[in-house]
Amino acid sequence: MATKKFLYVNRKPPHGSIYALESLEVVLIGAAFEQDVTLAFIDDGVYQLLQKQDSSAIATKNFAPTFRALGDYDVNKIYVERESLEMRGLGKDDLMPLTWEDEDDDWAEKDSIHIVSSAELAEIIEQQDVLLNF
Amino acid sequence: MSVLHIVNKSPFDRNSLDSCLRLARPGSAILLIEDGIYAVRDNSAAADRMRQALENHPVYALQPDLQARGVGEENMLDGITLVDYDGFVKLTTEYDKLQSWL
Amino acid sequence: MTIELNGTSYETDEEGYLINLSDWNDQLATEMARVDGATLDDNHWEVINFLRNYYEEYQIAPAVRVLTKAVGKKLGKDKGTSKYLYELFPYGPAKQACKYAGLPKPTGCV
Repeated sequence: MATKKFLYVNRKPPHGSIYALESLEVVLIGAAFEQDVTLAFIDDGVYQLLQKQDSSAIATKNFAPTFRALGDYDVNKIYVERESLEMRGLGKDDLMPLTWEDEDDDWAEKDSIHIVSSAELAEIIEQQDVLLNF
Repeated sequence: MSVLHIVNKSPFDRNSLDSCLRLARPGSAILLIEDGIYAVRDNSAAADRMRQALENHPVYALQPDLQARGVGEENMLDGITLVDYDGFVKLTTEYDKLQSWL
Repeated sequence: MTIELNGTSYETDEEGYLINLSDWNDQLATEMARVDGATLDDNHWEVINFLRNYYEEYQIAPAVRVLTKAVGKKLGKDKGTSKYLYELFPYGPAKQACKYAGLPKPTGCV
């Protein structure tokens, strides 16, 4: 099977709709097919990555911790648009640290999250074979 | 008594907050719930609008919704009052009309 | 469906996965295995406990590929093979072990 480049574009906040959770589940299922997976977080989608989310009081699934498993699934290209963060008064420190272990570099722990400009993200979108929107 | 305005949409995704602020009379109250709570942060692009709103309205936000979304109280605008579910219910009884900006 | 144990019945889905994660205890795991005709030894428990910890941390049951890799890292290279895990859990390591661990069926995998 030829490998294709898949980009999952996430633009919705975590709990107001089912999009964020659905996207994460599709990413995890898709990761089993060993494709080249990239995630982009734009607009309110950046809120999905905020630290210290705890949805116990609103009786919805607390799926934020699941993002930390993405490294195990070899999903380690996560791009967050800087402009979206700035508009919301957020920076990289407000986001969960997401890492992966590089098998080819003695399991060194490396950052999965990359903060990129709109122009850089536009370039990343252009490079993909398949775009999936949530 | 007056109106309790409820906003449950993100200010960066929908114009619910803007419509609410344009049409809420001074003295009426504003309650932010669900994705509406993203307006509480003191350094976002919505902060100036919210500061202005705080001069004319009591503003409340639902604490469980902040907690669920990882929105910390440390970066919250001064003057916003957090309420729990009981506080939410109490507010709905204190105002004689509810306007939900869906 | 339900599982009966010591006079209490526990609710499960049609494939025998516990509905409420909080119902789980090790006796219940033993009973689920007994119903399947299996006996749990230390090697089974090692994997079951690993899965419960993984779920606690990440709120998902890992896919089998992820489980295999993670078990190898945590419990030793000789155990991080699908052969080893399939010998312990012939119905599919993630699927069967998750059931005994009281977790939901893993998303999209065996």
